[in-house]
Amino acid sequence: MKTLIIVDIESGKIKKTSLELVSIAQSLTVPFVGAYFGPEPTSELKSEISALGFSEFYFTTPTAQQALTAGSLASFLSPLIAKSQSSIILATNHSTNRDSLSLCAAHLKGAILNDVTHVAQTGAHIEIKKPLYAGKILSTYQLKGNGPHFILTRPNQFSNLPNTQSHLSMALFEGFELSGDNRIKIVESVKSSSQARPDLSEANIIVAGGRGLKEASNFKHLENLADTLGASVGASRAVVDAGWVGHDKQVGQTGKTVAPSLYIAAGISGAIQHLAGMSSSKVIVAINTDPAAPIFQKATYGIVGDALEVLPMLNTEIKAIL
Amino acid sequence: MGQKIYVCLKQVPDTEARFKLGEDNKSIDLQQVKWVVNPYDEYAIEEAIKIKSSFADSQIFVLTVGPKERAYEALRTALAMGADEAICIDSPSHTNLNPLDIAKALADTILAEGPLTDVVTVLAGKVSIDQGAGLVPSLLAQLLNLPLATMATKISWSQGMATVTRELEGSVMETLEVGLPAMITCNKGLNTPRYPSLPGIMKAKKKIIKDVTFFVEGASPFSSWDLSKMELPPERPQVTLLSGDTQAQVKELVKKLREESKVI
Repeated sequence: MKTLIIVDIESGKIKKTSLELVSIAQSLTVPFVGAYFGPEPTSELKSEISALGFSEFYFTTPTAQQALTAGSLASFLSPLIAKSQSSIILATNHSTNRDSLSLCAAHLKGAILNDVTHVAQTGAHIEIKKPLYAGKILSTYQLKGNGPHFILTRPNQFSNLPNTQSHLSMALFEGFELSGDNRIKIVESVKSSSQARPDLSEANIIVAGGRGLKEASNFKHLENLADTLGASVGASRAVVDAGWVGHDKQVGQTGKTVAPSLYIAAGISGAIQHLAGMSSSKVIVAINTDPAAPIFQKATYGIVGDALEVLPMLNTEIKAIL
Repeated sequence: MGQKIYVCLKQVPDTEARFKLGEDNKSIDLQQVKWVVNPYDEYAIEEAIKIKSSFADSQIFVLTVGPKERAYEALRTALAMGADEAICIDSPSHTNLNPLDIAKALADTILAEGPLTDVVTVLAGKVSIDQGAGLVPSLLAQLLNLPLATMATKISWSQGMATVTRELEGSVMETLEVGLPAMITCNKGLNTPRYPSLPGIMKAKKKIIKDVTFFVEGASPFSSWDLSKMELPPERPQVTLLSGDTQAQVKELVKKLREESKVI
């Protein structure tokens, strides 16, 4: 029995969200192995991986022609899960993992739970927590059966950094083939260049705006503040529906559920479905002209005032200390 | 018999719902809840209606897994929008089913209706707003051995192929060409779902809803989990309202964020 971690690499290093998975694996009683899609790790990356305590590490190098569709990723992972005898698969809950690992789960008759916010060993059992209804309810589960169990975690929920040691031995494996699927082809993949900010679901700080910003062009005040803080920009459903910003920025039950360390809600009154999607943030700042707005019931700090006046001042004050 | 367009939908509590826990702390008291069609599934229904005329002799089948005493209402809504037939897969304990069991029920039901060669495509919303998982469609794709394209914000349909634009994390837009039949999930932005018209509602009353019994206790072939408990989220402490003129409030806020909560 082992734990398999699907590792995300960015700029040659293990992403922070994947380090969260390592800290979970270190707290479980079974050894853990890792896998990623990419070329043979550099010696730097290799030492980073082995210091974390991976006993085995699997990689596969897709050729330029190979489309990394959910199906082809699953064709690499399914045999690997069997070969490494993994009973628990840990991965970050993003769309690529969600799609490819659910294909694996159906193929291997496993169980899959995603958007998980807590994983712990309690005696012989593993306990999982997961919010339902965008956080209106928190559910606790105990894994049963031999697995494989696929657990996809929400980013930013596991703050412990993994332990590292030196001189650990690790076996490196290549050779699991990605098989293509000729029924599906990636024609184009474009990263929007205007968006250099972190993704909402992974952001440590989010500044979000609602109808109180009065018009679409006033989102620039939020964006200026986001640039200063290295934050991501979010929005309420009302302004997404009004076409001010894209749906990818919508926070709430019909958008993204987020839990950053700091959430600044500017001109958002706080519909139930919005509050559900952000109220597990560590610190919440509410800026609203209406002191009776529901957002103040969830806020840590509140400013009763016009967001259009407050945001530029806040930006100046924060710039002065950073 | 012509071709079939399948739409999988789920009935969910509306977004305004507030919940109470059942006495066992393992269930939710759903008596006061208003049930609606999952908002993302409405995009799937609308897309099916939009493409129906492009595929000769095609019929739209909507199917759902849910207790039939209330799930019928969601199916009737889809029928009133313009779907042709509905299938209700009755389930006893709606909220605690394993997504793989749900996908298996949908897959077996679709296969029982006829070969996949008669299927144009299978559509669903990208996620249901209750469980928030978004897993059933991709599990279903594997069980039916269909190519998968999730989170479509634009689909161009032609005979035998769909070109799907999808929005991924980090503002990446990906365009896929997918052979049909495929499993495609729909995102906000794809289309504008219609409201059922009065004639639509009248017609829906005469349309067929077929019942399927699938779930037998203990029959799941999949690994799983036990529900230990459910909780309401912890109450947040009382808000600290800052005082003074706006400038003073902002200064105080920055100080608190820096020194008290240490988040900037």
